[in-house]
Amino acid sequence: MKFKILSGIAAIAMAGTALASPALARDQIRIVGSSTVFPFSTAVAEQFGRSTSFATPVVESTGTGGGLKLFCAGVGVEHPDITNASRRIKDSEFKTCTQNGVSITEVKIGYDGIVLANAVSGPDLKLTTRQIFLALAKMVPVDGKLVDNPYKKWSDIDPALPDEAIEVLGPPPTSGTRDAFVELAMEAGAEEFAELKALSKEDGKKFKAIAHGIREDGAFVEAGENDNLIVQKLEANPHAVGIFGFSFLDQNGDKVKGATIGGIAPEFENIAAGDYAISRSLYFYVKRAHIGTIPGIKEFVTEFTSERAWGDDGYLVDKGLIPLTRQERDEVAKSAGELAPLSM
Amino acid sequence: MTDIAPTPARDIGPAADPSGFVRPEVSKRLSRRYAAETRFRIYGIAALTVATSFLVFLIATMIAGAWPALLQGTVTLQVEFDRDEIAPSGALDEAALRKANFEGIARNAIYGAFPQVTDRREKRDLGRLLGATAGDALRAALRADPALLGTTAAIALPLSDDAELLVKGLVDRGSAQKERRLSDREIAWLDALGAEGRLETRFNKGFFTNGDSREPERAGVWGAIVGSFLTLVVTLVLSFPLGVISAVYLEEFAPKNRWTEIIEVNINNLAAVPSIVFGLLGLAVFLNFFGLPRSAPLVGGMVLALMTLPTIIIATRAALVAVPPSIREAALGVGASQLQVVMHHVLPLATPGVLTGSIIGMARALGETAPLLMIGMVAFIVDIPGSLTDPATVLPVQIYIWADSPERAFVAKTGAATLVLLSFLLVMNALAIFLRKQFERRW
Repeated sequence: MKFKILSGIAAIAMAGTALASPALARDQIRIVGSSTVFPFSTAVAEQFGRSTSFATPVVESTGTGGGLKLFCAGVGVEHPDITNASRRIKDSEFKTCTQNGVSITEVKIGYDGIVLANAVSGPDLKLTTRQIFLALAKMVPVDGKLVDNPYKKWSDIDPALPDEAIEVLGPPPTSGTRDAFVELAMEAGAEEFAELKALSKEDGKKFKAIAHGIREDGAFVEAGENDNLIVQKLEANPHAVGIFGFSFLDQNGDKVKGATIGGIAPEFENIAAGDYAISRSLYFYVKRAHIGTIPGIKEFVTEFTSERAWGDDGYLVDKGLIPLTRQERDEVAKSAGELAPLSM
Repeated sequence: MTDIAPTPARDIGPAADPSGFVRPEVSKRLSRRYAAETRFRIYGIAALTVATSFLVFLIATMIAGAWPALLQGTVTLQVEFDRDEIAPSGALDEAALRKANFEGIARNAIYGAFPQVTDRREKRDLGRLLGATAGDALRAALRADPALLGTTAAIALPLSDDAELLVKGLVDRGSAQKERRLSDREIAWLDALGAEGRLETRFNKGFFTNGDSREPERAGVWGAIVGSFLTLVVTLVLSFPLGVISAVYLEEFAPKNRWTEIIEVNINNLAAVPSIVFGLLGLAVFLNFFGLPRSAPLVGGMVLALMTLPTIIIATRAALVAVPPSIREAALGVGASQLQVVMHHVLPLATPGVLTGSIIGMARALGETAPLLMIGMVAFIVDIPGSLTDPATVLPVQIYIWADSPERAFVAKTGAATLVLLSFLLVMNALAIFLRKQFERRW
């Protein structure tokens, strides 16, 4: 009897809350997505909140994949308006979006370099993507056969490299930086081998499994998502090499130095020019149906794509963003201003 | 363990007993037992020493790392408050104050200090020595003293985060120019200002009054403190009455049968569930099913209340059990009803235990981030929350976000915010001890 009364009360309370909820409107923009774009998105959000009469957007760092999942879930105030991405939206994600009636605009905002760095007191590293692949892959080709990675020291790969054990601190698989690193550095390195290149044409899936497989014998250490922590660990251990975003190298030039990749140093100009091999494009996506419902989305896009934000001297460059070329900026700003729908 | 200083226990042996009353083998065993006890004491002291030294080391490094965040480097400059530029309409009202380009005025002030700098690029670098809050500082100065309008006055302006690190002595001047954020030229400018006695560091009040910001010199913990407060209020309002009533019912009124046993086991299990699970529950139930707003302290408080409930129930039940049965029997004996016994006698006597358990549960809730991740409270939020449904974040989340920011100056902010969080926890625990002492009664 008592239980019946209690469950009755609970049911009424639930119904009451459910009825009350749709009335909750929202006057601030909600942004989710990549932790790499997070520092830039928040800088624009703050500037936007400060310089306009709109509320400051709320920015969550959920990771690119998580952000797109939330973003594509549907239209309505309970869903985010903008998602940041450190890679382009995938076909499958775009399909989910379309199925849920979400029409989107793509805005490319700039580039980000991924660097391999060690402590300033350590040796200068001159690497190639081939060497990176050999140092970090789980399986490597030796005499035409794939074997478990036999390399223990950098000098085992190339005598010109330092005579030190391979110890690399990098991001875990949940990180967008890791995705980009395996795609840009490891795949490029794997393609240097004729047999793997042939495999990539025959069986793309198998090639990816090899190229993306990072060794698990202790030479690669997953150091968590916190890049500051990796910098601190490198400072303490000059024998280790770390993998992280360019902005952390930029801020900590007195503690760590970047390795050259194929002879190109990880410097601002080289990444901006596209010469540095491990660099990726950064994007954000806007939900078109929310424009007009949630105040300020159009103005936020305008702020993000203004010269004072993403220009060569803009405040985003201070935060570590590597800007698009002038011409690219003009094109993207134009299509973003029109909020053109993305089709794939 | 042979180098241990001798203790009186060691003297117990055949020699210590010349009467021969104790047989030698017994006395041997006795001395072994004493030795075992001494060893155990030493292990205990060693464990305590290690734990304490870790704690001291942790707090010492944190304070050492945090102090720069509590200071703000400033440069005193002659600032010209031009009447035409600030208030073109003639009236100095709020609209004019908001619209005026104080950032530009601040930059002009620093250009004025270095008239020899004319190159556009050099001027830009010079302007960057000033912090993002320089304009705000001028606005505040003029708001406080409108008489400054039309005059030139010496105003202390905040430095940028990079320049500030130099003033605080945290930049290695010996390093190569490429390896630091400040160029040789910028250091020379700062040194010139320093030689004129214009640079100083003062207490950074903004750290305690501002919300979050991407500019380290502007970022503060107030938004997170308010968010934590709102969240904990919701947690307390929900979990305290619910927890105490459940515990009293289970302990004093509920029949002892299979159902109550199942409930008991489940409550005890819930106390050990990882906190992220409560976040998932909150996402599924409060956000997706009830459609409550994301990032709101209301939802955060509800999730943390779920997490705290088992702790409060268990603590309350333990406190109720500790009340001697003689009290209940005496009250029943003079004709009190079951409810009167509980309300008038048992519960008041159990109060210290209940309060201690609740406060410790709340302290745990204050330090949680994992359950809040799922409901969107791990976010960059600038505005100070004003209500339970405004987007908000909490102190531990603020620490996490700052720890993950690339700017160097955030390292100190992280330490300082951690100290703020620790001091709140300390206050709560001290309150728990105080209340226990206040209400404690011995039988």
